[in-house]
Parts: sequence; C-alpha cells; structure tokens
Amino acid sequence: MRDVREGAVIMHNQSLDLMAQRLSTASPADAATVEAVVRAVFSTMHGDLTSSETSLLAEVEELGKTIAAAKAEIAALKVDDITDSHIPSATDELDAIVEHTAIATNCILEVCETLDELSAKMTGEPAEKLLDATSRIYEACGFQDITGQRISKIVITLKTIEAKVADIISTFKIPSGTEAPIRPEKIDVPPSLLNGPQLPAVAMGQSEIDKLLASFE
Amino acid sequence: MTIDKSMNVLIVDDYKTMLRIIRNLLKQTDFNNVEEAMDGTEALAKLRSGQFGLVISDWNMTPMTGLELLQEVRADARLKNTPFIMITAESKTENVVAAKQAGVSNYIVKPFNAETLREKIEKVLAHA
Repeated sequence: MRDVREGAVIMHNQSLDLMAQRLSTASPADAATVEAVVRAVFSTMHGDLTSSETSLLAEVEELGKTIAAAKAEIAALKVDDITDSHIPSATDELDAIVEHTAIATNCILEVCETLDELSAKMTGEPAEKLLDATSRIYEACGFQDITGQRISKIVITLKTIEAKVADIISTFKIPSGTEAPIRPEKIDVPPSLLNGPQLPAVAMGQSEIDKLLASFE
Repeated sequence: MTIDKSMNVLIVDDYKTMLRIIRNLLKQTDFNNVEEAMDGTEALAKLRSGQFGLVISDWNMTPMTGLELLQEVRADARLKNTPFIMITAESKTENVVAAKQAGVSNYIVKPFNAETLREKIEKVLAHA
C-alpha cells in the first residue's frame, strides 16, 4: 500500500516538473503552447487525478483561454496600424512643425537684422527704441529652440511607444492580415544628453539659479 | 572697468537659429567678432587654434556636450582661464551644480532675455 502511494506521489511530481519545464521554454503568450503543455501533462497521468492536479490544470487551461481572448481583442484593435501609420505620421507632422517654425523664425530674424542695420544709421531715441524692439524680438525667437527641444522629446517618446507596440505584436504573434510589423530601430538617447526644457511649473528660474550659483561663492 | 569688446567670442549651439539670435544680441552690445560652432568638438578645435576671450555654450549637443566642452577647456593649460557661460534649457539643480563644479563662469537658463545675457557677460568679463 505504501509503495502504491509513493508511486502516485512520484508520478504527480513528474507531471508537475514536466509542465513547469515546458512552460518555462515556451513563449509566455502563446495559447497553443499552453494547450500543448496541458495535453502533454494529461498524457503522462494515469488513474484518478488529485484535486490539486485538477485545480492546477484547470487554471492553466483558463490561462490559455485568457491569452487567446487577449490576442483576439488586440488583433481587433489593429494595433499594427499604430506602428505602420499613426506614429510615423505623427512624427512626420512634428518634424514638419520644427521645419516650418525654423523657416518662419529665420525670416523674422532676417527682418530684424535689416532693422538693426537701419537703427545703426539713426541716432537718439528712435535708434534706441528700434534696437530695443529688435532685441525683444530676438529674445522671443528663442521659442524655436525650446519648442524644437520639446518636440524632440515627444518624438523620442512616440518612437519608444512604437517599439513597445511592435514588441507586443511580435510577442502575441498577432495576425494583422498584412506583413509582420517592422520592429522600429532601438531608440538610443546618448546618456550625456539631459532632459531638455522642463515644464514652467517645475523649472528653476534665472533668479533661483543666480542664488544657487551665489551660494558657491 | 572697461570691457574690451573687440575680443573674439565663441558661441556654441546645435540650433542655427539660436546661434543667429545670440550673434545678433552680441552685435547689439558691440561684440562684433563672433565665431560659431555647432557642438563641443568643433568648438574645442576652434578654441585650440584661435584666441577667444569668451565662450557662450549650449549644454545639449552631440557628440560633445557643453559640459564636456567646459571640462576640456578647464583641463587645458592654455584655455583654462577662458570665461565660459552656459546657456541651456537644463534648469535642474543638479545640472547647475555640475556645471559650477566643472568651473562654469555663469549659467543662463533658456528662454533668456537680452538684458540677462548682457548682465552675465559684463559680470563674467569683469572678473576675468
């Protein structure tokens, strides 16, 4: 009687080991693999299953169904559109914004330079006022640099999302009806580069920076 | 103290528009000898081959950043005393501290106004 019980325990452990081994080498998101594992484990079992074996197998089966449903839902969302068209289109639009603002800013600067040349030929208050006006325009044109840096941050974020979506599509092997999505190039931001402009609400102003610098003296 | 405005000033920024803005603002304050570089590597080559009285540099550039340029300048026996102003959108405390520790002469956060630029240049050159 004792031998029979020990044999049952050994068989139970072997089944669980086999299941763990197969699941560890399989794609975690592949429902077909999960189903194959469940079938393989069933085939190694003889006689009545213990309640824990039944419960475990039911959970694995349920897991496979959940994954299959998730795959179907994601496929219905056409997530490959995100990598195929939405994000490339958005980054193109953002690049166009940078290009157009650069052209407009340079046009404004060109006019200011002409006004500076005129003010150099003038004297007194009108010359000073003109110089002050162009000076303020130069300051304001700095927006192009700041917005350019902010847009670059957005483009990096979009490309990161694009790469992650491509990973999901690839992991879940989602059928798209088209070619498999091309995995976007890895976004490498040089570590030496920092965060760019902070949001005004959290950015340190010039007076605070001056105080901080003064604290070193 | 009278500032020699005939000195060569090197401005470094990877945005051409920003180079143009700073150049024009410097011109308005009678600094007419202005040279430009698009990153730290180009700037360092110009500094080593020329004579500059002031460097005004952005931080975020590749392949050599403004901070790396500053460190190179401070480590160079001939260039180490060159006044160096950082103009950058980076306004985090740790960035300002890092720049100060590397030997920055002054630090201007973008967006900046013309008066701040003039004031910092005068302050830095007065202590040079």
